[in-house]
Amino acid sequence: MAGLTPSLAVDLGGVPLAVPVVAASGCLGTGRELGALVDVAKLGAVVTRSMTYGPSRGGRTPRVAESASGIVTAVGLQNPGVRAFLEEDLPRLGNVGVPVIASVAGATLEEYLSVTSALHVRPGIAAIEVHLSGPDDERGGQPFYARVERLGEIVGAVSRLSRVPVFAKLPALLPDLVDAAHACVRAGAHGLTLIDGIPAMTIDPARLRARVASGVGALSGPAIKPIAVAAVYSVARSLPHVPIMGVGGIATVEDAVEFLLAGAWAVQLGTALLVNPEAPVEVARGLLAYLRDKGVASPADLRGRVRIPGAARGTTP
Amino acid sequence: MKRIRAEILNIRKFGGYHQLTLVAPDIAERARPGQFISVAMPLDRAFVLRRHFSIHQASRRGGWAGTLEFAFDPTGPGTRWLTDAKPHQFLDVIGPLGKAFAYPRRLGTCLLVARGHGAASLLFLAQELRARGKRVDMILGAPSEEYVFKAIEAKRVSQTIDIVTEDGSMGERGSVLDVLPRVAEETQAEVVYAAGPHAMLKRVAELCADRRIPAQVAVEEPMACGLGLCFTCVVPIIRKDGSGYDNLRSCVDGPVFNAARVFWDRWAGEPPTSAPTPPEGFPAVRAWPG
Repeated sequence: MAGLTPSLAVDLGGVPLAVPVVAASGCLGTGRELGALVDVAKLGAVVTRSMTYGPSRGGRTPRVAESASGIVTAVGLQNPGVRAFLEEDLPRLGNVGVPVIASVAGATLEEYLSVTSALHVRPGIAAIEVHLSGPDDERGGQPFYARVERLGEIVGAVSRLSRVPVFAKLPALLPDLVDAAHACVRAGAHGLTLIDGIPAMTIDPARLRARVASGVGALSGPAIKPIAVAAVYSVARSLPHVPIMGVGGIATVEDAVEFLLAGAWAVQLGTALLVNPEAPVEVARGLLAYLRDKGVASPADLRGRVRIPGAARGTTP
Repeated sequence: MKRIRAEILNIRKFGGYHQLTLVAPDIAERARPGQFISVAMPLDRAFVLRRHFSIHQASRRGGWAGTLEFAFDPTGPGTRWLTDAKPHQFLDVIGPLGKAFAYPRRLGTCLLVARGHGAASLLFLAQELRARGKRVDMILGAPSEEYVFKAIEAKRVSQTIDIVTEDGSMGERGSVLDVLPRVAEETQAEVVYAAGPHAMLKRVAELCADRRIPAQVAVEEPMACGLGLCFTCVVPIIRKDGSGYDNLRSCVDGPVFNAARVFWDRWAGEPPTSAPTPPEGFPAVRAWPG
């Protein structure tokens, strides 16, 4: 297809992105730190740190430990609170001219709603992503995602209140991820972010103690990529019209293409940003070259196009 | 802050340490003692994070102009990989990062206290203090002789030097904390700078507070990005007005902090490697196995 000029633009059903590469939540500081190294305006969008209503100091340190091909982190939602975010971080991101996706967290249903309504005070939020892996104070500290009904309750309430599209961020290891995804969509979620970090622990045998202060943290990085691809694949097959942002261990253009082929509409980079701040820009550039090389006009044309060799012969296990 | 491809000029081993010299004029020009650099690891390995090293030397003039040195003790997969690096190989380096030590304006007698490779940044600081006409005294501590960091260079830049090893293989037997009160007294120290593990810094801060000597400490807290993005490397810092504390990132708000403002009891830190505390219910053992 000589002369084809592919476009990287995608539309997450009302959330247009110039580039399908997004900075994942909690991996871009306050939005100003990378100024010297990377042009943040070149990203498709930026997901903010997860915000609670009031300021939160987060958990104790150490908060990070490396494991094979990944990192286990437990920051504990350190953030300045939604009001400080609106005053300080949002205007700065607004000046950069990159779409901002606000990550909304909470310890109770009421807190989720307070954060969501506070976000209405200012324009400049393109979408909301609901952080659902924190402890639920109204359910004895179990994660919000633990029960499908609770998941639907939180996501539904935020979606009804929000004036912008809402993405629910789900972890991979649910008893029935596809069922949970359906519950979020039924409750009013516009789209999904798949996947959140995987509960993980690493222990120092010499000191007989967990390497992160909270004991269990969240695993991210290349180690979780195949798990995330499978999650995107399963959900996208069942919900082909629901926008999915794929996230989990993406560091290169090949990684990003895997997610698109599995069914993602766009991808987020998290851990890779901490290691190579230019990774999102490199992935976007690489994706353009990939599309041109394959004669494909748009990332949307790759969506869900994975071939399953076994399925063709009817031998899917 | 710049990100560059820096050529390795040479790699040297001394005692338990390795030292790398990089050609990095953009970083060397700006680097100040207490700041650090981050080095990317190879993409094909299982260890993904960048490694962070205090800047040991930044040469702006002379035959070594534009070079940068850092030293490390190869304890993990990343630093072990670096020991196999060869001259003329290129590294992906970001720096200089973090806040540097502040120089005293009026006070003139500075005591520098380091354990292990904490001395790397303090030797750089010693030279800068000397260049500003300050008196420098040093206390160098280490588990054993091979981990005493560049005693001869330290001797060259300081008026007095005290060396302390935990096994007594060099200098006095004990820890830097054992000699700090005496040395502070003898040298009439007006300012203290310290670099090392949490437990040592905490004691240095207490000893300095008792004597009303202002102190700055360079902290070591596990860091993922080193760029201020991830909020993993925080240290609890008491607000200036005393109204509470905030968890500040040691990569952008530190690694150098005023010792009097660190909320030491809140900051968990790492226990010393040599004396792990057995968990409750475990029989106490005299010599910890391994």
